[in-house]
Amino acid sequence: MTLEAVLVVAAALFGIGVYGALSQQSFVMLIMGLELMINAAILALVAFWARTAGGNPQGQMLAIVFMTVMAIEMALGFALVTNVYRVRRADITEKLRRLRG
Amino acid sequence: MGGADPAGAAERVHRGGGVAVTESLLVDALFWLFAVGSVLTGYRVFRTDSMVRAAFYLLASFAGVGGILVLLGAEFLGMVLILMMAGEMLVMAIVMVMYMMNPAGLNPMWMVHQHRVAVAAGVGAFLVLAGLALVADFPDRPNPRPEMATEQLGIELLGDSMLVFQTAGVALLATMIGAVAIASRRGRYGEADEGSQEPPLAPESDARR
Repeated sequence: MTLEAVLVVAAALFGIGVYGALSQQSFVMLIMGLELMINAAILALVAFWARTAGGNPQGQMLAIVFMTVMAIEMALGFALVTNVYRVRRADITEKLRRLRG
Repeated sequence: MGGADPAGAAERVHRGGGVAVTESLLVDALFWLFAVGSVLTGYRVFRTDSMVRAAFYLLASFAGVGGILVLLGAEFLGMVLILMMAGEMLVMAIVMVMYMMNPAGLNPMWMVHQHRVAVAAGVGAFLVLAGLALVADFPDRPNPRPEMATEQLGIELLGDSMLVFQTAGVALLATMIGAVAIASRRGRYGEADEGSQEPPLAPESDARR
């Protein structure tokens, strides 16, 4: 298990996340793409922490901040989906041609 | 994995000036198992017909990444990632069943747009990042004592990085309040969807309603 191998796996997860976030019509599937991208970032970060930072605990601290970002993104995403569904009866991006009012 | 580990200590070898851990075949095999599993299940998230299955595929992908984190010596982060994502994916599955027009994927599902652009962007992102990972020359300073990682993190969380930790907590609290406010049916000034309806053409037409 080399640093390069872990980073390539993270790159693959990030690429799949980019594909999902750009291609999916459903809001929840779109959120899943974003989650995969953040997941890839956490993996790369921990790989750098383990292999290049000499075990500096601040690297793990940064990964915890990334996890917080992931939770925040998920909670706000679901809240917005709930509101959009209530107002527009929409669960796909195509039904939102405009974001105003 | 914390504490003294005679077997792990026996595996340690001196490489250059620092201490490194020899890579065992088992660790390599587990890494590739987790890596291939997490990438394949990550791909299946967007290719399955059921949204609930998609949520569980994503959970499997996160579990694979959590396993890799444990192999890298970040046991605490790996387990937290798996446990956090298990709860999150269950919520996601429930949200899908509640909102989706295609409940729980009972019908075939292929809801994509700009597919070719998305595939190109995904492949391009992978090639650029993987190329950087392979070409760049990163410093090689492995964690000298991986079995102490959890203890070090605990000291960091309640020591120098206490402010960062607390800020993350306050951000999560603000998110919870904001999410409830956004999702609430009734706001402070009336119904949540007030203002999102089309306004009447003239004030009198409103009175005639």
